[in-house]
Amino acid sequence: MMIGTNRPQSIDPAKLDRRDAAWLVDKLVQVVVFIGGISGIIFIIGIFVFVTSEGIGFLTSTFKFTEFFGSIQWRPTSNNPTYGILALIAGTASVTGLAMILAVPFSIGAAIFIAEFASGKVREALKILVELLAAIPSVVWGFIGLSIMNPLIIETFGVPIGLNVLNSGVILGLMAAPIMTTIAEDALKAVPDTYREAAEAMGATRWQVVFRVVLPAAKNGLVAAILLGVGRGFGETMAVLMASGHSINLPTSVFDSVRALTATIAAELGETAVGSEHYQVLFTLGILLFLVTFVINLTADLIVKGVRKK
Amino acid sequence: MVGATESPNQATKLEVRDLSIYYGDQPALQNINLTVREHEIFGIIGPANSGKTSFLRVLNRMEMFVPSMKVKGQILFGGRDISKWRNVYALRRLIGVVFPLPVGLPLSIYDNVSLSPRLAGIRKRADLDIIVEKCLRRAALWDEVKDRLNSLGSLLSGGQQQRLTIARALSQNPQLLLLDEFSIAVDPVTTMRIEDVLKELKKEITIILVTNLVQQARRLADRTAFFLSGRCVEIGETEQMFSGKTEDPQTQAYLEGRFG
Ligand SMILES: Nc1ncnc2c1ncn2[C@@H]1O[C@H](COP(=O)(O)OP(=O)(O)OP(=O)(O)O)[C@@H](O)[C@H]1O
Ligand SMILES: [Mg+2]
Repeated sequence: MMIGTNRPQSIDPAKLDRRDAAWLVDKLVQVVVFIGGISGIIFIIGIFVFVTSEGIGFLTSTFKFTEFFGSIQWRPTSNNPTYGILALIAGTASVTGLAMILAVPFSIGAAIFIAEFASGKVREALKILVELLAAIPSVVWGFIGLSIMNPLIIETFGVPIGLNVLNSGVILGLMAAPIMTTIAEDALKAVPDTYREAAEAMGATRWQVVFRVVLPAAKNGLVAAILLGVGRGFGETMAVLMASGHSINLPTSVFDSVRALTATIAAELGETAVGSEHYQVLFTLGILLFLVTFVINLTADLIVKGVRKK
Repeated sequence: MVGATESPNQATKLEVRDLSIYYGDQPALQNINLTVREHEIFGIIGPANSGKTSFLRVLNRMEMFVPSMKVKGQILFGGRDISKWRNVYALRRLIGVVFPLPVGLPLSIYDNVSLSPRLAGIRKRADLDIIVEKCLRRAALWDEVKDRLNSLGSLLSGGQQQRLTIARALSQNPQLLLLDEFSIAVDPVTTMRIEDVLKELKKEITIILVTNLVQQARRLADRTAFFLSGRCVEIGETEQMFSGKTEDPQTQAYLEGRFG
């Protein structure tokens, strides 16, 4: 319209209702995305229902809460079977705990170095290296635990067996560290540069900027990184099975062999008759694992969301 | 206003000699020579892209953040060449900066203002409380936030965040305060209150005020420099400049708003 003509502008009502190509594509994409999203949820629910239905028989009959969680007697194949998983829980907890003690400071430190101090080629090289580490299959880590760590521990500490909490904790730490580093680095990178600049303009040194401004700002992302690392360690099976010694024990030192929940399922499920009590118990363990991992991931997720709200 | 601060032969706080700034090969500022006196408000006006922000940036050596930025010439702060100052952090602590777009750090309001004193080694809560209140009052923010000092600074409104950054700059107890278009996000009433504070402040410190509002320069600046396309066209007493006695017709044109 020409300037200065002062003619009132009219709107064609038919145009507002027209289903044009862009409108159709938009609706179509909405449907496709909806199906995709829904199917993810359906799968998860389906798996949960399957695991629960296989384990429910045990839960509603032989299951005794105090024995299940309070006893270390895991004798599923004896004539008079007992199902105490305390030692298995202790095994998983001790291995995951040690892994986190080792991996958390290392990962956060590595993330700080990559995000805040390394520059150019060093940074790119480190990121590729970390991603490569994350891609190593767990059976390879288990192999490293068996054939390298095992003799190393025996020799260094003069203990009879090297397949124990220490071995599997170190292996698990190495496995969890790359994921934690990557996520922690993302969290640090998400802190806007204007914050760093503002703080440095005030005369803060690089370390002060990192500790007083960047880390507090990235706090939620860092906690989420750690929780996902815990989830990773908790759910890991093969490497732990190979490196932990797989013997039922309440560990009193890092040189004790232990058995993890996940490893128990992996090792025993193949030898049980489908539908037997032993089979059902293993699925009950599955429910437990599922719930714990679910809670860990949900917490991590909520924490990350918390960051966005602010 | 304190009479002594107006005398022309007062001490020099900042001296800039043959300063040129480049981004890569592109010059942003060329051959700037000027001095800023102690206890004055030195105004810098000029159209967009004239190099005002670039100038402020190099004064506390923030050019390090832009790898392509190169600086030639000398900047003497308190008589010392700042490029020979080994501890840049110590230099920056003497110079407070307020950016055009407010950067409320993602910390509580209290921590935003107490960060700098903490970095400088002040630990006692009581001392920090006093500094925080004083700086927030000066930035005309205290009354609005005194009941929620522990909530996040980045949740404040744009104008409040800008005043928070002013409070933060003041918390450094700086000798030189650099203000880059501070009123861009602040409402007119608050702007006036902050301007009053600046007039008070210059009894204690030196202020360089970059502004897009020529009337703000007129109200506040003792002397004013006019930057245009990377050159300093003119520096003069603000009163003279605004009473029509400009040396360069371009300055006159800009002041009257007849300018691209
Ligand atoms: N990071 C950068 N990289 C490259 N060139 C830049 C950069 N920052 C500024 N420049 C250039 O330097 C020149 C001066 O910019 P500067 O920001 O100092 O202007 P200004 O006077 O502050 O403008 P305004 O009033 O819009 O804030 C401009 O031509 C700009 O394009
Ligand atoms: Mg600018």
